[in-house]
Amino acid sequence: MFNPYLPYPVRIEEIVTETEDKNLKTFKFAFLKEEDEDKFAYTPGQFAELSVAGKGEIPIGIASSPTEKGFVLFTVNKVGVVTTHLHAMQPGDIMGIRGPLGNWYPWEEMEGKNVVIIGGGFAFTTLRSSIVYMLHPDNRPKFKDIHVIYGARTPGMLLYREELASWEQRDDIHMHITVDATTDPGWKYNVGFVPAITEKKAPPGDEETYAIVCGPPIMIKFTQPVLDNLGYAHDHIIMSLENRMKCGIGMCGRCNVGKEFVCKDGPVFTLAQLNTMPKEY
Amino acid sequence: MKWIKIEKEDFPRGLKALAETYQCLGPVKGEKYHDFKVLDENRPPDFDFLNTPLSPKFLVEPQSEILFEYTLDEKKEDAHILKEAQKDLPPRLVVGIRPCDAAAFLLVKRNFDTEKYKDPYWVRAYEALTLFGLACQTPCAACFCTTAGGGPFDEAGLDALMVDAGDHFLVKILTEKGEAACNTAGWENVVEEKAALDAAALLKETAESKIASTVETDNLKQQSTTALYDAPFWEEVSFSCINCGTCTYVCPTCWCFDIQDECYGCSGVRMRNWDSCMYPLFTLHGSGHNPRGTKLHRVRQRFMHKLKYYVDKYDDGIQCVGCGRCVVSCPVNIDIRRVCNLMNALPDPSTVCPV
Repeated sequence: MFNPYLPYPVRIEEIVTETEDKNLKTFKFAFLKEEDEDKFAYTPGQFAELSVAGKGEIPIGIASSPTEKGFVLFTVNKVGVVTTHLHAMQPGDIMGIRGPLGNWYPWEEMEGKNVVIIGGGFAFTTLRSSIVYMLHPDNRPKFKDIHVIYGARTPGMLLYREELASWEQRDDIHMHITVDATTDPGWKYNVGFVPAITEKKAPPGDEETYAIVCGPPIMIKFTQPVLDNLGYAHDHIIMSLENRMKCGIGMCGRCNVGKEFVCKDGPVFTLAQLNTMPKEY
Repeated sequence: MKWIKIEKEDFPRGLKALAETYQCLGPVKGEKYHDFKVLDENRPPDFDFLNTPLSPKFLVEPQSEILFEYTLDEKKEDAHILKEAQKDLPPRLVVGIRPCDAAAFLLVKRNFDTEKYKDPYWVRAYEALTLFGLACQTPCAACFCTTAGGGPFDEAGLDALMVDAGDHFLVKILTEKGEAACNTAGWENVVEEKAALDAAALLKETAESKIASTVETDNLKQQSTTALYDAPFWEEVSFSCINCGTCTYVCPTCWCFDIQDECYGCSGVRMRNWDSCMYPLFTLHGSGHNPRGTKLHRVRQRFMHKLKYYVDKYDDGIQCVGCGRCVVSCPVNIDIRRVCNLMNALPDPSTVCPV
């Protein structure tokens, strides 16, 4: 019987410190067994449990795109026992990955549509996966206009800065990078909170346009009325939840929001769905 | 359906024969109360009990269970790589399990044996069981099984149902597993079906008439989730709760668990332990945020899960078999029967004038 609790063994290939506060690192993993990479076939929006023997597991969004082969990426904020241990690990160390878990952004439904990605802080990981996925030559023709509104507190707190800069250079994606504030005279992008930039830059909502929103609760709270004003229907606003998890497969009972398990029925829900659920997240 | 008769004096001999093939378990009287334990010649089952204060759910989901083993010794080639813990899982025969507790496994099975994922530990342990139920002829005062989807003679989830008929048991064989166990035991005294049915029906009617408490569940499905969530009674219902978690530990249909790593030197295990929605740590985020940060949230979660979320998710009754354990064990007298009736009777908010 397939054991959904058993992680695939992986080796840490590379560790990149992403932010100026050094609290966010991106881990690049390679599967020890080649066939495990095929078994770990994922779709942008999904997550996995990173497993450290002796410490435990943590649910983390998959930051790489399935179009990137030979490795998987996860960006991890240092918070508790497992993440603190992970931040102290080195390339070459062996650990585990269990997944992919949960559902994903509605790629089939969004085909032929405009996609507006709105992200804040370190909730940009599965959004990176989505952008890389959509920009792949095989996939780019499947989508109309792509907008990205991404904000962090300061320029040094933005994730994936080199990639952001390279996306800025492209003509097939509209980038709207912003920071809450900066003293950097060389900063050439936006200054302002994500909701304000969304108001200015996002295209109006219609049947042909989907917004994927991922960020801290405060950003989501103030972005939602902006999207309402822009005319986005609640079934066209896609969100990703997080709750404390253990099993990741809908069995251990702690991550439920109403009758839905964030780990198995989510983490991706439309705002229309969330409107019918208790606010336990 | 086949009925057999087992003379009570023949029971130990049958169990002895069964022990060749099965690990036999049954209710055993301890210092304070009965509990399900492995039986042997010196530890016979004692059927003179109402029900065990602890449910036999641990037979399938032990309170603590090792899932994986590993070594952290860098000199070993497989350091840091998890290996499934090897377990000896013999066929197990449980005699004297109450119908409510057998039915509870079926409710819990929906959580662990799904189309997408199967919990191999739970599924294997459940499949290894053969359940010989003992009909309740003296139900407990807090039982409400007849309105919770079951009954004192309910056959759901059982392989055989034993009915105490004085100096013998009348046994209705329900499955091939039940038949196989009877053959192993040498219990082959087939009785005429009509006579057995008549005798059992009379006892069943008497038993059902003794169940005095009820719940009303007919409205739960159509109630709005958010209206129930925002119902005015949760403050009062949860007021006296001390979040001790006893209700969830004694409940045969509570399955929530935690997963933890434990190491001694270089060798470690990943294990799972019973957990409870009554505890704040159950849902606490790494950031410090807690979506169920107050006891009101947690008490509401327990009742909403059993009486609304489960009903909606599986569209087949409540996640409760009416065993009454939580009612009896709660130190502050929170009563699921009362809460269920409150939930069932919540008026449609659109018809209530806001005050």
